[in-house]
Amino acid sequence: MEKNIALELKNITKTFGSVVANKNISLQVKKGEILSILGENGSGKTTLMNMVSGIYYPDSGQIFADGKEIVIASPKDAFDHKIGMIHQHFKLVDVFSAAENIVLGLEDEKGFDMAAYIERIKEITEQYGFELDPYKKIYEMSVSEKQTVEIIKVLFRGADILILDEPTAVLTPQETLKLFAVLRNMRESGKAIIIITHKLHEVLSLSDYVAVLRKGEYIGTVKTSETNESQLTEMMVGKKISLNIERSPVETCTDRLVVNNINCVNREGIKLLDNVSFTARSGEILGIAGIAGSGQRELLEAIAGLQHLDGGSIIYHNPKTGEEENLRDKTPLEIRQMGVKLAFVPEDRLGMGLVGNMDIVDNMMLRSYKKGKSAFLQRKNPKSLADEIIERLEVVTPSAYTPVRRLSGGNVQKILVGREIASSPTVLMAAYPVRGLDINSSYTIYNLLNEQKQKGVAVIFVGEDLDVLVELCDRIMVIGSGRVTGIVDGRNTTKEEIGILMTKSAEDMMQDEGGHEE
Amino acid sequence: MLATIIQRAVMQGTPLLFGSTGEILTEKSGHLNLGIPGIMYVGAISGVAGAFLYEQSVASPDLLNPFLAVLIPLLCALVGATFMGLIYCFLTVSLRANQNVTGLALTTFGIGVGNFFGGSLIKLVDSDVPSIALSKTSNFFKTQLPFASNLGWFGEIFLSYGFLVYVAIIVAIISSYILNKTRMGLHLRAVGESPETADAAGINVTKYKYISTCIGSAIAGLGGLYYVMDYANGVWSNNGFGDRGWLSIALVIFSVWRPSLSILGSILFGFLYVIPTYIPDISVSAKKLFEMLPYVVTIIVLIITSMRNKKENQPPQALGLPYFREER
Repeated sequence: MEKNIALELKNITKTFGSVVANKNISLQVKKGEILSILGENGSGKTTLMNMVSGIYYPDSGQIFADGKEIVIASPKDAFDHKIGMIHQHFKLVDVFSAAENIVLGLEDEKGFDMAAYIERIKEITEQYGFELDPYKKIYEMSVSEKQTVEIIKVLFRGADILILDEPTAVLTPQETLKLFAVLRNMRESGKAIIIITHKLHEVLSLSDYVAVLRKGEYIGTVKTSETNESQLTEMMVGKKISLNIERSPVETCTDRLVVNNINCVNREGIKLLDNVSFTARSGEILGIAGIAGSGQRELLEAIAGLQHLDGGSIIYHNPKTGEEENLRDKTPLEIRQMGVKLAFVPEDRLGMGLVGNMDIVDNMMLRSYKKGKSAFLQRKNPKSLADEIIERLEVVTPSAYTPVRRLSGGNVQKILVGREIASSPTVLMAAYPVRGLDINSSYTIYNLLNEQKQKGVAVIFVGEDLDVLVELCDRIMVIGSGRVTGIVDGRNTTKEEIGILMTKSAEDMMQDEGGHEE
Repeated sequence: MLATIIQRAVMQGTPLLFGSTGEILTEKSGHLNLGIPGIMYVGAISGVAGAFLYEQSVASPDLLNPFLAVLIPLLCALVGATFMGLIYCFLTVSLRANQNVTGLALTTFGIGVGNFFGGSLIKLVDSDVPSIALSKTSNFFKTQLPFASNLGWFGEIFLSYGFLVYVAIIVAIISSYILNKTRMGLHLRAVGESPETADAAGINVTKYKYISTCIGSAIAGLGGLYYVMDYANGVWSNNGFGDRGWLSIALVIFSVWRPSLSILGSILFGFLYVIPTYIPDISVSAKKLFEMLPYVVTIIVLIITSMRNKKENQPPQALGLPYFREER
């Protein structure tokens, strides 16, 4: 049976100043189909979809829905044409309940009847098998609950064309599977679905067609059943790249950082870190695996001097002097003054790592401003460092004096990692350094980490992609609910083994909590 | 005695209630309008100018039409204050100027406008004192229910006010209802909490910001009008309005952005304001200390709400931030 075209884009172009975000893009999606839009960071996927959902307005080009040309000047127009977008950064009002967020922006004649709305929300959740309490406030919700609210919001408006911007970036593997099941249900009921992603295996397992963008240009659309990973990668990056990460053998390796039984309790009295002990060695990459929010962040922040601990010790072995020093409950400045060369690439790049409104050169100085001798700033060295990073890591930026906020996620990350490595650390901690990055940028980061390892740096790498952890790390520590559930050798472990350690602990913890209640 | 104090407190609190209700509506749309003192001042002088011109246009004060004598100053105050709100919106929404700077500039501007026209009117009537009295118009504003004075303390506490006091309370209650129970209110709060969310949901952010800020300014302007026409018996003197504008903004925080709480808060602030008058043998310096009390109470409320850290009691999240859709 011939399927009808639900949405078609013809020759869409959009520029921001001198940057061409989208250039002559044409694609189409049919009813009852899932189309993946695949592309590297900054390739214009989100910009393109923002034009379909009415956030941006195209400079030129046409949009057709159901065969008729339409004009989408505002998000309301998009709703009117039954187009709904689930953004990567959720657009929800924190202090509103789920139901209030879902009905936000609706205009219907019947008046404002919250009870009736909630009734309809419950119908939708039952129909697709979602779990949602309509009265729950957004700020009390987990990420996946928030995403559920977003999806229901779109369905509530009767959308027939759904656009999802990197929906799985924030989900656990189990939540991802649930989401995919829901999306397949929607496809069955005749909805057209567009999903923006750069995770190849998701593309292959979920979508019917794949449209590939590269640097704002449309490369082509292929049928998922007739393609494979290497072809898609090639379309995406323009040249074939090896998927293997080089892992050099571990040479001289000594204990660099010995963490002993550290504990950390948050304000509500929940244990975020529970007797965590491990050793990071020089010339080795220690991977940390775990479900998001298992204490990875607290662990790294504790070492960096940003998190108060309730016990235990963090002993640093200074390679130059051979002295042992306890870093516990020291401030970052004290740690630096002790001669400990610690580099930290935090999860929250623009929140903790860089200042968004400052340019690249000034961000370089955040690390080195204390070295200046006169009262005036010396921008010469930071400038040359910035130029070096831009050149070596292929940062795409108009100049070194561009505010970091204006760069895309991958470029921001390169600048941050570049700066941290430039301080020639002895311990390098990186939390999700490739999150949101495309394949090429990711490999640049992996190579940088490997390079540091060969220089004898103790590298601690918190990652979420198990394939990468297994390929990159020498040892992998798995944590669950703030506990170390196992430390395995990266060379002869499997994804499955790590996965079991990750999930097993979560179940154990649940049993423990159940026990307390009894 | 107590009834009199309560009555004075309500009268003292009414301009603050107008100001804070207006500012709450404004802040709910994400606008921190620090121009409120200036806007209230402009509302007052606009009303005074309207009343003055009307009084001058009739041959004898006895020929004043009671209906027109109230309506003209009322409309003038609304128009003057709304115009100030429009200036604020144009600068902060359309031109995306800094809200704090714009607001403070409007306060300075508004007080300047008020004093300029107030001074001009005083010159016109050639009076001996540096003030202008519109007692006829004021009498219409102060008209009470005829039987109020026969009802003893009940009448004194509840019925002894000019109509604007009841308008203030009704406006606060209506605002509270609109904010919490209607679609319009939901949309307005969404604009103040997260304009990009509201925008993505198809809400016209610019429209909501303009309308709520202008209506808020108009309401605040009524506070200025009430002060001159009722509280001050129609006597305008330059800088007579005092710090009531700033107190209104403090009251917004005190009532944690809830117009209904603001009604009680305004009476409390009014009470703190008038209480020194009723303490026998109080020195001038002690009186000044008493005047600080509303601010001290506001700071205490700020401390308590921050410590409890309940999301619902925090200011709108996008308060003070400009919104531009295509910024990236």
